[in-house]
Amino acid sequence: MSHDTLPRPRPRPGTTGERPTGPPPAGHRRHWTKRANPLAGLGSILWLVVVLVPIYAMLSASLTSQDKALTGNPLSPPTSPTLDNYNTVLNSGFGHLLGNTAIVALAVVGIVLVLSVPLAYVAVRTRNRWSGLAFRLFLLGVAIPAQAVVVPLYLLIAKLDLYDSLLAVILPTAAFAMPVSVLVLVGTLRDVSEELYEAMALDGASPQRMLFQLAVPMAKGGISTVVIYAALQAWNGFLFPLIFTQSDGPRVLTLGLFNYVSQFGVNIPALLASVVLSGVPIFAVYLVARRALVGGLMGVGGK
Amino acid sequence: MSAPSPTRTPPGDRAGEHAEPAGSGGPHRPRSRPRPRAAAGRPHAAWALPGVLFFTFFAVVPMGLAFYLSFTSWDGLGDPEPVGLDNWRKLLDDDRLVQSLWLTVLLTAASWVFQTVIALLLGVWAAGRQRNRAVLSAIFFVPFLLSSTAIALLFYALLDPNFGIIQENTLGSSGGAFLAIVFVGGWQFIPFHTLLYQGGARQIPEVLYQAAAIDGAGRYRQFFSITLPQLRHTITTSTVLMVVGSLTYFETVLILTKGGPGTDTAILPYLMYEAGFKSYDFGYASAIASFLVLAATGLSLILVRLTGFGGMRSTREGM
Repeated sequence: MSHDTLPRPRPRPGTTGERPTGPPPAGHRRHWTKRANPLAGLGSILWLVVVLVPIYAMLSASLTSQDKALTGNPLSPPTSPTLDNYNTVLNSGFGHLLGNTAIVALAVVGIVLVLSVPLAYVAVRTRNRWSGLAFRLFLLGVAIPAQAVVVPLYLLIAKLDLYDSLLAVILPTAAFAMPVSVLVLVGTLRDVSEELYEAMALDGASPQRMLFQLAVPMAKGGISTVVIYAALQAWNGFLFPLIFTQSDGPRVLTLGLFNYVSQFGVNIPALLASVVLSGVPIFAVYLVARRALVGGLMGVGGK
Repeated sequence: MSAPSPTRTPPGDRAGEHAEPAGSGGPHRPRSRPRPRAAAGRPHAAWALPGVLFFTFFAVVPMGLAFYLSFTSWDGLGDPEPVGLDNWRKLLDDDRLVQSLWLTVLLTAASWVFQTVIALLLGVWAAGRQRNRAVLSAIFFVPFLLSSTAIALLFYALLDPNFGIIQENTLGSSGGAFLAIVFVGGWQFIPFHTLLYQGGARQIPEVLYQAAAIDGAGRYRQFFSITLPQLRHTITTSTVLMVVGSLTYFETVLILTKGGPGTDTAILPYLMYEAGFKSYDFGYASAIASFLVLAATGLSLILVRLTGFGGMRSTREGM
């Protein structure tokens, strides 16, 4: 989606010069700019309200002191805004949670890329029974919910002596991010034209060289999709940390948030402040690299 | 087609091997065209092995293990003891199973309708390149930046009768709790599906609309006769992701309703979690998990068949 969310001057509807100001994307077309659609406009405003009211209530309440929060209307602006709730959260080990989550996300992305790229490459380039089977395994894996295997995984993790460690979160999270990653990569890699491989083969290139000098550069879009998808899986993962960790040491952000419910009790403003803080890192990425993030996510849907 | 041969096999062999599967379907390349060296650079299938082994160990083996454990009694300590079909009998006698299956079906259906209708309309709308649409699309995406846990906590707070926007105990009634889960799921995932539809709508060839306009079709006629049919692949993809996703509303249920009131919102994963990690009856939890695996595998087989995801490989044959 890269091109679209970025506002740029549009030619007036009806003018003949239809040339876009940027590189013309595949879908840059006349009919979209024809005329206003009042009904759709109204609908979008309604949805805007649905999106913004909870976010506004959250921000406003997180700036309100606890005693005021219970008496006031959550939709009215805070009368005497305070950062106390944010201080409370930041002093409850928030940085530690954030650090753990970042480690998990990096490790998961690394493992998924290292394992999935060669796999997808083989699935596309080497047609035989084995690569077909491997592909089918991941095709079926798409629908295995992590919940279904959490009990036996708990047993495995305990036997491997990994219980209550970051690896206990990293390894299963990476495994469960693989099916979609493989499908996305296969989808991208199969579009690399055969002629290019042939040309490299004529030069005597090894499969390794073709992978790194042709397939990987050509599949950049798919790879960035996988990076974003895997990172989000790790960032948002809740079940594996809930079941496989226990102590403060390897606790990640999502589980930390969950624990704040009992820790802060009825201190809902502090709870909401922790929710806001948990969203800040991804929001920062969104501000800086919206095109890459959104474009990458679009890739999860294929084309 | 023999076992994977080393990449240095005489090129002719490998080229033949490559052409073979293409013959099974779809238009394939003319055989007369010589492509002797192309096959030389094919990677050995063993490259896939580390990924396959890793996935097998952490996803496939546990699935098998879940079945094994479902025939045992195990409290998490010591060794599982075989108890035959006890857990399965208990599961099939459990009223909550039927309730939970029914709940899952309703939840999936309600979420699908809610999310698809809004995401499709918003996506098609956002595919336009007007400035206001671009700005609003950027805002619409914000909920997706929060984790499911954070979103569940946000609505847990907002729906708190002492604090929230709605001064009523929404989560205390079973209908209210159900609608809350559907709404929270939609609030979180509609941005993502909107994105899919936006991408899909942008790929519809403009000529279709031009032709329709010449034939005098209005905006709504164009939507139903062109946009919707052209988006069918996006609709399938989005549906697959929604259906699979609706099996995993675990965080939302755990945080918002704890399966309640009573067991009215106890979806299968939540029942399994309670049996295993609250009551330490891992044998019974495994029976529920196995049931979930069966349901999910059946579902994925159906979806793969319906959507032609399995045909992914063959689309290249025609190129």
